Amino acid sequence: MVQKLDESFGFYENALSLLSQRQQVLASNVANADTPNYKARDMNFAQALQAAQSTAAPPGIVQMATTHANHLSAAYSSLPGQSANFVKLRKPTQNNLDGNTVDMDVERNAFAENALQYETAVSLVSGSFNNLKTILQQG
Amino acid sequence: MSLLNILNISGSALSAQSQRLSVVASNMANADSTTGPDGQTYKAKQVEFMATPMGSATDVGVQVSRVIEDNSPPKLEYSPGHPQADANGFVAKPNVDVAEEMVNMLSASRSYQANVDIVNSTKTMLQKTLTIGQ
Repeated sequence: MVQKLDESFGFYENALSLLSQRQQVLASNVANADTPNYKARDMNFAQALQAAQSTAAPPGIVQMATTHANHLSAAYSSLPGQSANFVKLRKPTQNNLDGNTVDMDVERNAFAENALQYETAVSLVSGSFNNLKTILQQG
Repeated sequence: MSLLNILNISGSALSAQSQRLSVVASNMANADSTTGPDGQTYKAKQVEFMATPMGSATDVGVQVSRVIEDNSPPKLEYSPGHPQADANGFVAKPNVDVAEEMVNMLSASRSYQANVDIVNSTKTMLQKTLTIGQ
């Protein structure tokens, strides 16, 4: 039963976590819009989500083996350390004397889009929960 | 939690921009000050921003690392009757460029507004997250 819950909500858990991490990167860009030599960064959300959804664990991480039908299996979540691999430098649009590559329009656009995606994901996961609650209450 | 850290990042930017604005205000207020606590003409000041990591490698806030004094030579104005005039009748006026300070002020207030928008958006997202399951 727990594994079924994990499967249905695991996707949303990964998506929400990655969206909030991307939000942090974008907020850092806006905060440092005036810092000399600061290079703007962004996270490739699609690739990071695909990597988080694949259940392959990198070598060195111990996977819990299930030898009995009653053992709970935890799907490997690659989130905490690995998403930093998908944060790359953004291509600069204008040259700037002080070496700063933050373009406020691009950053604010990306921030608004990311906020929308986050709220969409929250609505979807909330809908899933409510479906589950409906099924449980009327069983 | 990830989203709560954004409040720290944007908070650091708000504080840095308001320090920048207060330095601009000092410069504008003292654009004509020919003397000060140390007896010298006022020198224009600038802030230096430094990116500081906050928490993880991807979260970078900003802080004012130091306030630099502009060491370019003061503007000399010929005014023999002035109490601070030197032997040749020249008074040293501060090296404050008012046009540059106005541009600095505009840039600081725009950045401040952008960061306030980010704080508001993040607050909305957090409140929306709390409604999961209701």
